[in-house]
Amino acid sequence: MKETLSNNALTAEELKLAQLIVSSLNLETQAAEIDPTAPLYGEGMGLDSIDVLEVALAVSKAYGVKLRSDDEHNRKIFNSLRSLNEHIQQHRAK
Amino acid sequence: MADIPLIRNFDDGAVFAFRDRRPIRVEEFLAEAHRLAGLIPDRQYVVNLCSDRCRFAAGLVAALLRRQVSLLPPNSTDDFLNRLSLDYPAVYCLADGTAQTSQLQTFLYPRPTGEPAPAASSSRIPEEQVATIGFTSGSTGRPRPHPKSWGALAKSGLAAFERLCLGAYRNMSVLATVPHQHMYGLEATVLMVMQGGLRMHCGRPFFSADICAELEALPRPRGLVTTPVHLRLLLAEANDPPKADFLLCATAPLSPQLAAEAEARFGAPLYEIYGCTEAGQVATRRAVESPHWRPVPGVALFENEKGTWVKGGHIEKEVLLGDVIEICGRDAFLLHGRTTDLINIAGKRTSLAHLNFQLNSIEGVRDGTFVMPEEDDGSVARLTAFVVAPGLTSETILTALRQRIDAAFLPRPLCFVESLPRNETGKLPRMALDDLVARLAAKAG
Repeated sequence: MKETLSNNALTAEELKLAQLIVSSLNLETQAAEIDPTAPLYGEGMGLDSIDVLEVALAVSKAYGVKLRSDDEHNRKIFNSLRSLNEHIQQHRAK
Repeated sequence: MADIPLIRNFDDGAVFAFRDRRPIRVEEFLAEAHRLAGLIPDRQYVVNLCSDRCRFAAGLVAALLRRQVSLLPPNSTDDFLNRLSLDYPAVYCLADGTAQTSQLQTFLYPRPTGEPAPAASSSRIPEEQVATIGFTSGSTGRPRPHPKSWGALAKSGLAAFERLCLGAYRNMSVLATVPHQHMYGLEATVLMVMQGGLRMHCGRPFFSADICAELEALPRPRGLVTTPVHLRLLLAEANDPPKADFLLCATAPLSPQLAAEAEARFGAPLYEIYGCTEAGQVATRRAVESPHWRPVPGVALFENEKGTWVKGGHIEKEVLLGDVIEICGRDAFLLHGRTTDLINIAGKRTSLAHLNFQLNSIEGVRDGTFVMPEEDDGSVARLTAFVVAPGLTSETILTALRQRIDAAFLPRPLCFVESLPRNETGKLPRMALDDLVARLAAKAG
């Protein structure tokens, strides 16, 4: 079911999410160059709380998944591109 | 000098706050604040980092009762807290678990004892007692302090209540997306509640879905205190936001279109507050009615060769405003953006001089400057920085900056150049910088 998560290569789904983040935040980074295991906040991709809200809006429009803070795994969700993508894939509207 | 009550306009047994959807009565709040006052360390200054709004308010009251001054740092970066501890050696940090710092000695907010605390009445605090010190960033990297007396704070809370609520929203519950450690949040979500007999929501919901759910759960009348950034994202994401009775927005003027949309979809009037750390709130407007701002009760504007100043009401010392202002008659004015050196990104303020000082103090940076891009479509503008730093990587510079400045001001992009287009006096003409930005854009395009 799940792919092995030990490497730093983006899966197709992760690349799509990376492209969404790069375009909604006008980042300089190339989507394909994002390390899916690097933290999104602070060090790593360097997003701040406003960016996270912009990403939440883009995710809600593109996937129909509304992010919530009282979600039990919330802290983990924004750990990395990979964890955010896993959360989205588990909750996306079919 | 008179004494001013900690709280006003509450009936006996009235609800003061909601925590996890459960009410906290005003007597419980006061008892809790008095209990806390008996436990906090015997120090002169406190940085109150409590993330729960009601615990923050209890900490503020406890400090007042003990004649301690609450410092209000503009951010809690390690660098800023370090500087504070140098300037105020007798400072400790009050925290409630979620927000903590290793930079200051921390006193953890004590857990409830379970025993009913002795009933406490609303104490009075001398008007002239210094209650808080807010800070703006000076150009030398040293925070500039702006002390406020309890009288000034209480007056500003009461002025906001009289201007905006005036009994029409009696017992209104207030939900906020803004931090209570900054002047706007302190005035609109703590002082206005304490002085106006309102009810505070203890949390600070983050995502749009959280904000809607928490607002929906509050009894009416209910109001939302927020910023243009949050409001824009909330309206873009929520299909059907819950009805409200009152919307309050500040940190940057809203476009009339966004204000009208917010009023229509929440079914509530939207007021805006204009103010600054030095003066606190200065004026209000309802954008759908008029683009003009009206000074809050007691406050007046005047002009001289330096710019536009405010005085009167809760403002203890005349303050020079950092905005270009057009006075339109006795009781109205228009705002025309920031004066050049001052920066406002998503409600966080600093000066270019301060940012440039921080950038150039990084080891290995030979020269560097921040540039504020032209404003565009109402989305959050980000700063550009040019740096001459052979041998450094952008990661190194960003890591160093992150320790020194708020994340909102981190450059995006950070561009390496061989030299900056300084003129013979060493200054950087705006036109030369604009050329540099344009060349960069052309390269990227």
